[in-house]
Amino acid sequence: MAGAAQARITLLGLVLLLVLAAPAAPAWAQEGGEGPSDDEVNAIAEGLYCPVCENIPLDVCGTQACIQWRDTIREKLAAGWTEEEIKNYFVEQYGDRVLATPPARGLNLLVYILPPVAILVGAFVLLRAFRSWRSAAPITPEASPTLDDDQDPYVARLEEELRRRT
Amino acid sequence: MTQDASSIPIKPLEEAQQTVRRRIGPGAILAAIFVVALLVLVGMGLVRTQQGRVGIGSQGPEFTLTTFDGQNIRSEDLRGQVVVINFWASWCKPCEQEAAELELASRQFADQSVVFLGVNYVDTEPEALAYLQRFDITYPNGPDLGTRISQAYRIRGVPETFILDPSGGVVQVKIGPFLSLDEIVASVQAAQQP
Repeated sequence: MAGAAQARITLLGLVLLLVLAAPAAPAWAQEGGEGPSDDEVNAIAEGLYCPVCENIPLDVCGTQACIQWRDTIREKLAAGWTEEEIKNYFVEQYGDRVLATPPARGLNLLVYILPPVAILVGAFVLLRAFRSWRSAAPITPEASPTLDDDQDPYVARLEEELRRRT
Repeated sequence: MTQDASSIPIKPLEEAQQTVRRRIGPGAILAAIFVVALLVLVGMGLVRTQQGRVGIGSQGPEFTLTTFDGQNIRSEDLRGQVVVINFWASWCKPCEQEAAELELASRQFADQSVVFLGVNYVDTEPEALAYLQRFDITYPNGPDLGTRISQAYRIRGVPETFILDPSGGVVQVKIGPFLSLDEIVASVQAAQQP
């Protein structure tokens, strides 16, 4: 009698343990234990580009090569690899160009450095231009040089000629 | 009314030079150097992308192929032999058309200082190995790690085959699949001619 009661308690404890442990299991385990879900695979695939079909992210590319790549991601996820490890694997196999975001090293650094530098330089140039416009003295019409008719040798000569002719 | 030309004020030369120096400061010189360097980089990139395929008459780029079974093959170690470099992939249907013929040709030339190499382009290993098994391919094959070899040969797709003479010069470039065993044999024999 006491043994049956103990067995029932043990069984109840096991059921309770299973119920509590279920939410902690990976998402793909909830889908029948068939492996990582498409969403999990695509979350990594959207950051990768296959060199065969350039400009199409891996998650939406329908070529055989890309299907095989997605299968590889699925296999690696099922084997417990992290996103970082999977991406490193693809870079090792196929080069940096498979990454949607180029790694910040070598000439790729220019992609990260140039835009902020260009914005800073542009802002500096604009600031200097505004300052120089503001500090510039207001333009005043310069007094045009006038010559007294008496001092102008041309007028004097003309008048002299007129006097002689009259 | 008129003004004598000699009365127009002329800036002394030194003052003019100082003005120019003041306008072109070190910042502007640095900016100019930076822009020129950037333009050179962009230009180099454009030249690189505009380059065509490695053509007949040029020297075949050096490479190291690590085969699926872990063997390292350096192209420079193959001097003195005709080298047939075939770029392929398991997802490439046209590659299948020539796969069996390439294997037959490799067996035919096995004792004639001719080396066949398969470079597996942008592929996954299980499918690549299955492909090799399916066509019973025995000559050395390996993945194009980092797509370094295909970039060096500037291929545009697969299949592409480059045949190098014993001095390492490219003597034949085949875009697309070979159509028959005879075509492969004729190409290799042409490369064997001194």
